[in-house]
Amino acid sequence: MQMPEPDKAILARRAEIVAALRDIVPGEGVIDAPEEMKPYESDGLTAYRTLPLIVVLPSTTAQVSAILRYCHENQVKVVPRGAGTSLSGGALPLADGVLLGLGKFNRVLDIDYDNRCAVVQPGVTNLGITAAVQDRGFYYAPDPSSQIACTIGGNVAENSGGVHCLKYGLTTNNVLGVEMVLIDGTILRIGGKHLDAEGYDLLGIIIGSEGLLGVVTEVTVRILQKPAVARAVLLGFPTSESAGNCVGAIIGAGIIPGGMEMMDRPAIHAAEDFVHAGYPRDVEALLIVELDGPAVEVDHLIERVEAIATANGAVYNRISQNEAERLNFWAGRKAAFPAVGRISPDYFCMDGTIPRRRLPEVLTRMTELSQYYGLGVANVFHAGDGNLHPLILYDANKPGELQKAEDFGADILRLCVEVGGVLTGEHGVGVEKRDLMPAMFTEIDLKQQQRLKCAFDPDGLLNPGKVFPQLHRCAELGRMHIHRGQLPFPDLPRF
Amino acid sequence: MSDTMRPETLDQLRDAVAWAVAEETPLEIVARGTKRGLGRTMQTDHTLDTSAFSGISLYEADELVMSAGPGTMLAEIEAALAAQNQQLAFEPGDWGPLLGQPAGMGSIAGIFACNIAGPRRLKAGAARDHILGFKGVSGRGEIYKAGSRVVKNVTGYDLPKLFCSAYGTLTVASELTFKVLPAPEKTYSVLILGLDDATAASAMALAMTSPHEVSAAAHLPAGITAGFGVSYVREAGAAVTAIRVEGPGPSVEHRCRELRALLAGFGQVEELHTHNSLRFWRELADVAPFAARPDMQLWRVSVAPLSGPVVAAALPDATYYFDWAGGLVWLGLPPAPNAHADAVRAAVAATGGGHATLIRAAADVRATVPVFQPQDAALAALSRRVKDSFDPRGVLNPGRLYPGA
Repeated sequence: MQMPEPDKAILARRAEIVAALRDIVPGEGVIDAPEEMKPYESDGLTAYRTLPLIVVLPSTTAQVSAILRYCHENQVKVVPRGAGTSLSGGALPLADGVLLGLGKFNRVLDIDYDNRCAVVQPGVTNLGITAAVQDRGFYYAPDPSSQIACTIGGNVAENSGGVHCLKYGLTTNNVLGVEMVLIDGTILRIGGKHLDAEGYDLLGIIIGSEGLLGVVTEVTVRILQKPAVARAVLLGFPTSESAGNCVGAIIGAGIIPGGMEMMDRPAIHAAEDFVHAGYPRDVEALLIVELDGPAVEVDHLIERVEAIATANGAVYNRISQNEAERLNFWAGRKAAFPAVGRISPDYFCMDGTIPRRRLPEVLTRMTELSQYYGLGVANVFHAGDGNLHPLILYDANKPGELQKAEDFGADILRLCVEVGGVLTGEHGVGVEKRDLMPAMFTEIDLKQQQRLKCAFDPDGLLNPGKVFPQLHRCAELGRMHIHRGQLPFPDLPRF
Repeated sequence: MSDTMRPETLDQLRDAVAWAVAEETPLEIVARGTKRGLGRTMQTDHTLDTSAFSGISLYEADELVMSAGPGTMLAEIEAALAAQNQQLAFEPGDWGPLLGQPAGMGSIAGIFACNIAGPRRLKAGAARDHILGFKGVSGRGEIYKAGSRVVKNVTGYDLPKLFCSAYGTLTVASELTFKVLPAPEKTYSVLILGLDDATAASAMALAMTSPHEVSAAAHLPAGITAGFGVSYVREAGAAVTAIRVEGPGPSVEHRCRELRALLAGFGQVEELHTHNSLRFWRELADVAPFAARPDMQLWRVSVAPLSGPVVAAALPDATYYFDWAGGLVWLGLPPAPNAHADAVRAAVAATGGGHATLIRAAADVRATVPVFQPQDAALAALSRRVKDSFDPRGVLNPGRLYPGA
């Protein structure tokens, strides 16, 4: 993975840039000592590290606007950062770029229960929103596994999902509005407490834009009333194929569970060894199906799910009898990543999505790849929506293994695209999947996306080197080749 | 009379747009054309008709996904889904009769391009929340695609969302891919009779903040109920506030009982069962009360739910009803050259945020009155740059949304 070569002219002006930023953010808000910048050198994708040029931690929208205006006028690159939990390197710093941390934007500004929304600053954690509204029985629905640490600003940047997004949607379906600052310092408000902004759906574009279009300084989210009851059922299957069929049959029967997760044998064993959730060890695939809603509905549906599972060859079946047991079922799944961390010095978490019915074939080919590369793989899988998380096991201290793991991961993602899926379901492209974008998109597709970036950031200063494998100048992207005078298909029906 | 091109292959579609780019001649983009009367009035010499791109090309019910050509009738899609007990969860209505067109003739492209959503919007999202991908031709005359066919995807910018509510000003689609969901087994509605607007908003807020998973909430003032097909509503002789629950039978019956108990203090409570409920909410999705009043200019206002009655109260000449628990206000007004735009938008602005769209008015009115909510200078400039990034010569429906976009 290569990042663009740092701009020597910017590096040479570092002292001047620090002084200018200190004028905007006084006190401790500008960090330039290397040892103090060390915590910012990577995000959740720890395989890649770079010390930023400078770290700046503003606390007001006016400061963000002034910082961006200064960087724009001086052609300094900017990398926005929330809590730094990205798994795709979206917040990986640039040696010649300012790292703009939004951790000080940590206040809940307004809770409006009657209109069922909350206005929060981007540095509020995902779980912090729920904490602020749960005394009235509300919660914020998207629940990425990192929800205790990740911020809503980061969730907006990555369009984060979570185990409940099949039923409750991703970040993009749960955000009503944002305040955003463009690279030239312009402050925009898009959306609000109402539904569906007028004109172009800029909110839809900003969410999931990985920090390439602007810096979000305020977010209005929908809050929902917590379901009355949630119950989970553990289902074990002799093959991943039968588990996959069961998932299809549940959805085919018109049931959309609150969560539906699958784990393969290596993941089951790692999780069970770690947290002793009571998972069966003698099955090839385990499903956790969670149903939520009124008790009468949950009881009704859980019976139907059990019947469907039996019909699809489930050999193990346990229903949570109380809240403690339900949480215990989830404890194994939620600890799957650290559990795998115990059995391998390092692991890479992949994030492709596939059409669900192609699962058996994808797992078979993944096993073949595992043998080819000589690296183990454990699979956890958001089964309802086809989002795979293969965990590739490797040892970074063994020469060449990181490269092998990266190659293995790239092969898995190409396979996802080949069967009709995508490179990333919820973690983002970042630097991790950047060079694979041509596997999914043509050059024209990618250039069209980059032209949209030009509408927001014509000099390419916001988070360059992420998402797009090739940087193009906006002037070049804007050129058109026009063939004048051609009649369009004279034989075309015209009326 | 404009000259119409009706390409039948993707290459022909590209050639048509490329020709318009070379000639710098704007195109009106239509699929079935039933929403031609929506948006600002345009001047174009040529029409690009995509109705030949018609039919369902992919439908995998257990994967919750469908792909169809832009000209595919909504009615055809709904029939295919119903055969598998599925539906478009955003509940798009048939706005044909509302806009002086026949019923049942609208295309799926029109639904997505105009981001149309019905009563379930407040729970399940709008068209923009259900689109997954598209293939088509940009205003540069280039074939490209965005998104995918899987329901969970964050690879690259979410251009499919931008397609929705762009009114055909950025891309001419040749195929749309979207998410489909199971249809509920049962649908009940709790009706409260005789509430004034503000009390109804409180009742709807109480229902929406309950754990009973309300999937729609509407309030019809007394004057507007007469046009409904369901006799309970038509003959109510009073305002009707309706709260909908959907799902498996035992759950719906339970939640309906709980909601009746919760709302009993507001007034007389009745309930509609599945057959009547489906009919009633379909009429709301189709905006039937105003399809029956073609004499009125029609506004669609989106505000925070509790602000709906505040907007209506500021417009004494309006005939209106509320959907989305108060957040969507349909306002009918007697025809005026300025369509009462200043009064409507002032009423919206006074609530602190939201937007008002002139859905129905004569072409000359829509040529002069801003049909869509005016944007501040920064937002307008960004919108123009977005338009330029897809359509630098302004050949796709130019001016349909805003001057220059």
